[in-house]
Amino acid sequence: MIIHHPLLGPRDASEFVHLGDATLLSRPDWQADDAIAQFHEYLYQRENPAGEYRELWYHEQGDRSWLIITRNTLTHEISSVELARDVARKGSAS
Amino acid sequence: MRYSALSIIKNGLTGNKGWKPVWREPDPKQHYDIVIVGGGGHGLATAHYLSKKYGVTNVAVLEKGWLGSGNIGRNTTIVRSNYLLDGNQPFYEHSMKLWEGLETDLNYNVMMSQRGILNLAHSDAQRDAFARRGNAMLMSGADAELLDIDAVRDMVPFLNFDNARFPIKGGLLQRRAGTARHDAVAWGYARSADSHGVDIIQNCEVTGFTIHDGKCTGVQTTRGTISANKVGVCVAGSSSMVMAKAGMRLPIESHVLQAFVSEGLKPTIPGVVTFGAGHLYISQSDKGGLVFGGDIDGYNSYAQRGNLPVIEHVAEDMMALMPFLGRARLLRMWGGVMDMSMDGSPIIDKTHIDGLYFNGGWCYGGFKATPASGDAYAHLLATDRPHETATQYHLDRFARGAMIDEKGAGAQPNLH
Ligand SMILES: Cc1cc2nc3c(=O)[nH]c(=O)nc-3n(C[C@H](O)[C@H](O)[C@H](O)COP(=O)(O)OP(=O)(O)OC[C@H]3O[C@@H](n4cnc5c(N)ncnc54)[C@H](O)[C@@H]3O)c2cc1C
Repeated sequence: MIIHHPLLGPRDASEFVHLGDATLLSRPDWQADDAIAQFHEYLYQRENPAGEYRELWYHEQGDRSWLIITRNTLTHEISSVELARDVARKGSAS
Repeated sequence: MRYSALSIIKNGLTGNKGWKPVWREPDPKQHYDIVIVGGGGHGLATAHYLSKKYGVTNVAVLEKGWLGSGNIGRNTTIVRSNYLLDGNQPFYEHSMKLWEGLETDLNYNVMMSQRGILNLAHSDAQRDAFARRGNAMLMSGADAELLDIDAVRDMVPFLNFDNARFPIKGGLLQRRAGTARHDAVAWGYARSADSHGVDIIQNCEVTGFTIHDGKCTGVQTTRGTISANKVGVCVAGSSSMVMAKAGMRLPIESHVLQAFVSEGLKPTIPGVVTFGAGHLYISQSDKGGLVFGGDIDGYNSYAQRGNLPVIEHVAEDMMALMPFLGRARLLRMWGGVMDMSMDGSPIIDKTHIDGLYFNGGWCYGGFKATPASGDAYAHLLATDRPHETATQYHLDRFARGAMIDEKGAGAQPNLH
């Protein structure tokens, strides 16, 4: 897989490590009444879709940026790559 | 269908035209006591134990493709019971005992070959960890031997012992471990279940569940609606997609694992050998091909094929451990979709929906579990109580903090 890094251009996927679902960017509120249930959902339960999937990758062997990649889990085709910090600022991780 | 030396000679001389199908191809009935979703190894084994051991014969196995099209026909066939934790090891040792009697139980040759598995240690810390694991194995009634360098040298003299970065320091040996022929396991269980009256229905995809007032009373399929007292799902890599139809989210991600086979070679590697410094396991099939694999690719996938970085890693490991294999040519490779759970251990449990049961999260290690998984799932479906060796495989263990995490890697499926 080639990942088109927004700053560095096309890079081999082996330079990156995969963390998981992009929703991991939106951490639950630890002071909420149901924080325990929310953190259980957040940490352990997954949508795990067959098809389009937004996920976090880390450019460990590169510029150490976190990326949000939209990839089809049936074909491995990547349709968009964004810097996670841009997504977090816009508040649209999920 | 029965086999004998005579029938092989007779059919060989008459163009192999006399063989008959091994199981029936029935149309689905309207109702079953128990419907099993997924005709992989675990679904077929469950049907066998339900019908033979627990006396429930009004059972159907619904398979969306053909028997053996999933991971049961894609794995590297390693069978072992060398786990560490209480929640796992007694279950896998139960499985190993069932493997040892499987051919008699099924009256079918599954080519069970107890050629041993040798896990190599490359540091003092790893050897100490193996000593601890070996003790856990012995306490569960399994066999384990800690080998020093000389004993490893005697057994597999062809390894690269003096690798500067990963010298071999010893190994953990389980002699009763080995390999079995994966397709034959599916076929043997299918034949047995069929002979006890189970309907095995292929090309029948489950597309939904009939659920009213928190009770599941059947399934919708591409071959019509079928009602059932109980529905047991065991669809491995498709677990999340199938259980989503019942409105459930699971502690599971689907990842791809690749396997490789070389051209046929003369007998080279006596048992299963694993490289403890990278991720490589290798054995040799009866046909002579080296069967080997490594880690999962590390990203979610339903594609049943992987990418080049893992192939490169596996080839590098092989060159580090067995440089003499450098000229062997790769013949085939493929991938399967693994149901990676959040702690690396499986789930065999009821769900919060009455009458709906779930079996999954087998990660890359569910082939060895096939007999025990079938037995434990059949026990649960028949009696509503977990089998004595599968009491910790609950769905809610993550909410309770009762994870069974062999590697201690945390809620990160691609690290298990
Ligand atoms: C490359 C590779 C190497 C492996 N090596 C080993 C090993 O050495 N040792 C080991 O112990 N394990 C190994 N495994 C893991 C092992 O193969 C699996 O854990 C195990 O086979 C999973 O259980 P199963 O046989 O029931 O799965 P499967 O055979 O995948 O069965 C699930 C079935 O469910 C069906 N299904 C899915 N959705 C539906 C639906 N909606 N309706 C009806 N049916 C449906 C599928 O078609 C499939 O046939 C390996 C796996 C792979 C891919």
